[in-house]
Amino acid sequence: MNHLLRSLAPITPHGWEEIDEEARQQLVGSLAARKLVDFAGPRGWQHSATNLGRTEGVPSGLVDGVEARCRRVLGLVEPRAPFTVSRAELADADRGAPDPAFESLEQAARRIALVENTAVFRGWEEAGVEGIVEASPHDPITLTTDLDACPTQVAGAVEVVRRAGINGPYGLALGPDVYTAVIETTEHGGYPLFDHLRHIVGGPLVWAPGVEGAVVMSLRGGDFLFDCGQDLAIGYDGHDAEVVNLYFVETFSFVVATPEAAVALPPAQA
Amino acid sequence: MGTEQYHEPPGELSPEVRTYVRICTSLIEEAEAINWYAQRLSIEPDEEAAAIMRDAQGEEFKHFSMNLEFLLRRTPAWREIAQGVLFTSDSIVELGDAAEEEALDGGGDDAEGSSGPSDGSLGIGGQS
Repeated sequence: MNHLLRSLAPITPHGWEEIDEEARQQLVGSLAARKLVDFAGPRGWQHSATNLGRTEGVPSGLVDGVEARCRRVLGLVEPRAPFTVSRAELADADRGAPDPAFESLEQAARRIALVENTAVFRGWEEAGVEGIVEASPHDPITLTTDLDACPTQVAGAVEVVRRAGINGPYGLALGPDVYTAVIETTEHGGYPLFDHLRHIVGGPLVWAPGVEGAVVMSLRGGDFLFDCGQDLAIGYDGHDAEVVNLYFVETFSFVVATPEAAVALPPAQA
Repeated sequence: MGTEQYHEPPGELSPEVRTYVRICTSLIEEAEAINWYAQRLSIEPDEEAAAIMRDAQGEEFKHFSMNLEFLLRRTPAWREIAQGVLFTSDSIVELGDAAEEEALDGGGDDAEGSSGPSDGSLGIGGQS
């Protein structure tokens, strides 16, 4: 038995399949950061820290004639999002119900995906994670409300990264509001703005909950490092007569190796 | 070489399986080469010739390791067992038995009802 304790839950194999499949469907579309950064792992539950390759001095070597340094590592953060599943719904699923209701699961999936995206793009100071936007040394390029200027602004951001000596292809993470506006917009002549932006960056446009505005970033590799210990999983907490208490869990760290490889495009202040 | 490396009709195997078979065959060939060099080195009196053989055997170590890593990346249960055995110093047999039980029996846990990898995760991984 591993740390998830799944076999202790009053859930049939079919019930677990339904839960896991619903979770995957909810998560895959929302995990924007994984579509744009280097993903390493999963390295397992017992992987606890990322090697930074750095050291810091230790004042005393304990014995005369000995110097010492201490290795620096970045500990993995372990977010956990609890949710419940109705035992009646699970029983219906076992009877063949095609549409079991898992609202609590869906909400928890969105929460943990939002945590991951937010940590990667905007940082998580308490967890020691510096985000892509806060690490970038480039001046932000404000996205104006008028999307006619959007191609020029995105192209400008690409040019900033390129001039920093960082090659493409590039990707574009779009906050939900901006993403919706982009896919609803056609430029003069009827050309979809979405296709125009994809042509400019040379890589994917990604719907990214947790991003404010947009972020242009290089996809050449080696610039943004997501270190995964336990990949997203569902564990068992307990149950009563009505519900089973479950939770999403994962462990990860994130390191910006090349801060110059991204430019933030925050939304204009209303 | 032809189709000698296959035990089933190649036409019935998917492209992914055929690639897997090729790398398995390469792994075997590299292990054979390591074996041959080990025997040659044990009896070679000429130090200059032996140096060449050691260098060549080192290449085979690298090739074997690369093939092995490829196969492990595509075979999660094998990878999990290997992680429990490789680069350790305790009893190899005991580590192997424990790793096998954990990987194939799921430690008795998440094989039940789990439609994902043996670590109990949802198997989402990187999405790029």
